[in-house]
Amino acid sequence: MEAAIEQGLIFALLALGVFLTYRILNFADLTVDGSFTTGGGTAAILMYNGVDPYLGTLAGLAAGAAAGLITGLLHTKLRIDPLLASILTMIGLYSINLRIMRGPNVGLNMRDGQVIETIFTPLKQAKLMASWQTVAILAAVALAFTAAIIWFLATNFGLATQATGDNPQMAVAGGISTDWTKIVTLMISNGLVGLSGAIYAQFQGFADVQMGIGLILVGLASVIVGNAILGTRYMALAVLGVVVGSVVYRLILSYAIAWEIAAAGDMKLISALLVVVALVISQNETIRGWVGKISASKSPEAPEPLTAPELSAQPAEGPTPLDPSSAKGA
Amino acid sequence: MLSLTGVSKTFFPGTANERRALRNIWLELAEGDFATVIGSNGAGKSTLLNVIAGSLSTDDGAIVIDDRDVTKLPAHRRAGLLARVFQDPQAGTSPHLTIEQNMAIALTRGARRGLGVGVGRKRRSAFREELEVLGLGLESRLKTRVGMLSGGQRQALSLLMASFTHPRLLLLDEHTAALDPARAELVTELTVKVVAETNLTALMVTHNMAQALRVGNRLLMMHEGEIILELDAAQKRRTTVADLMDRFTSVRGQLADRSLLS
Repeated sequence: MEAAIEQGLIFALLALGVFLTYRILNFADLTVDGSFTTGGGTAAILMYNGVDPYLGTLAGLAAGAAAGLITGLLHTKLRIDPLLASILTMIGLYSINLRIMRGPNVGLNMRDGQVIETIFTPLKQAKLMASWQTVAILAAVALAFTAAIIWFLATNFGLATQATGDNPQMAVAGGISTDWTKIVTLMISNGLVGLSGAIYAQFQGFADVQMGIGLILVGLASVIVGNAILGTRYMALAVLGVVVGSVVYRLILSYAIAWEIAAAGDMKLISALLVVVALVISQNETIRGWVGKISASKSPEAPEPLTAPELSAQPAEGPTPLDPSSAKGA
Repeated sequence: MLSLTGVSKTFFPGTANERRALRNIWLELAEGDFATVIGSNGAGKSTLLNVIAGSLSTDDGAIVIDDRDVTKLPAHRRAGLLARVFQDPQAGTSPHLTIEQNMAIALTRGARRGLGVGVGRKRRSAFREELEVLGLGLESRLKTRVGMLSGGQRQALSLLMASFTHPRLLLLDEHTAALDPARAELVTELTVKVVAETNLTALMVTHNMAQALRVGNRLLMMHEGEIILELDAAQKRRTTVADLMDRFTSVRGQLADRSLLS
């Protein structure tokens, strides 16, 4: 169980990134599948070549942020739909990741008889992997980032970011450069995803070009499950819920495998089904009513509709300012 | 304060749907002027506001606000000079943010937004004082999400958010049209009060001719992208709704739009 919680806490960083785009920015960002590997691959190749593991991990974060920047520029400057912009980055990154790793994978255990130093080396040597000590360390990291995001969202810039996702028209009228808030948020989001990938590569002892595939669903599942548990009424709880959701999600998967309900290869299908079920539950008035009754109806506010971001061709901020079709009642 | 020199805007130029929304508009507003704009649907009233705010670009002409040529500035960079209230009560506020968070965004309109605390103790008490002016009890609901408020409350809040920061220019785009009569009256009263107290320069589009005559010190009538009538304060006092209707009818050569009577 400790191993599952450890994984959940590492993927919590990815889920926090997905939370920022999916929930705050209302931007369906699939860059995640590529930027996770970019972060993991960058960190792995650096450590494989003897770079300090903390520096390498930080480089993974930076590489992820760079991926977010690309998606941000594709969307804001070239006016490409969010979903398509992020798919383009994700697909392009596959080739870039192969280049970064100079092959489909990088091992992080031994090189020429020497142990490759990673951030987990001291824990491995002390035989503390899959222990409560490691869980505590990773929990501290996840909670530190949770606190940082809660703080960020309450700053002037954070409020501007929230308004960008919530009501773009109001944001622009309020003097917010929605291009800028989107780019910055995509960079922070994918930076977290890259960091998650960097830590996960060290955790599992290798980076692989396939390691990011399907992780957007893992992130979404964590966000939806977490928000269902802790609610979205208070921002702090909504963010914390993402970490809780990530751990719960891992535990569900590990029990499904341990009890032989599913095989390791079924993971992606389970992820997809879990997201479908969670979305249906959160969108269905009747079921939401039951859930609301069960989870104590003390909240005076109606539960948030947990809708998926618009996956249609509609641009995130409506018609562009220079588009004559945006004129109403002229 | 605000000057438009020869501003034109054509939609879908060169196509069968070509429509000249603004034709060579010349307009000068002095400091403290409160002008109402009337005209039938399609007269160019909203387009006028949209080009001033920067939501639409102009084809021709220049827009100067406070000695600053803003013709080429994008909307978000004009926000430091002007504030808007939209017709749709949903449009001017962010529904998932709380009242105080929305006000914090309004407070930092046009300023650089950094990593300072959005709503601190000092701001909160200032917001509370501002909200008391509305007399809607919102001052005790600072942490309520704006999405929970009624249309009238949201529109009153939008108006407050647009005005309490003392913008150089206030643009009101039929901001009472979507409200029930009682709420519309309340928001109109608030508008008059706020504009008078803070001596704002304001441009208000309205469908309501009685309101257009009652409120403000100037009146503009638009038709097919042109300003066809301008009244100053003295002329406005002498003019009745019937006079305006006659004017409309003569210009259009047909019976005026019924909606103008509302």
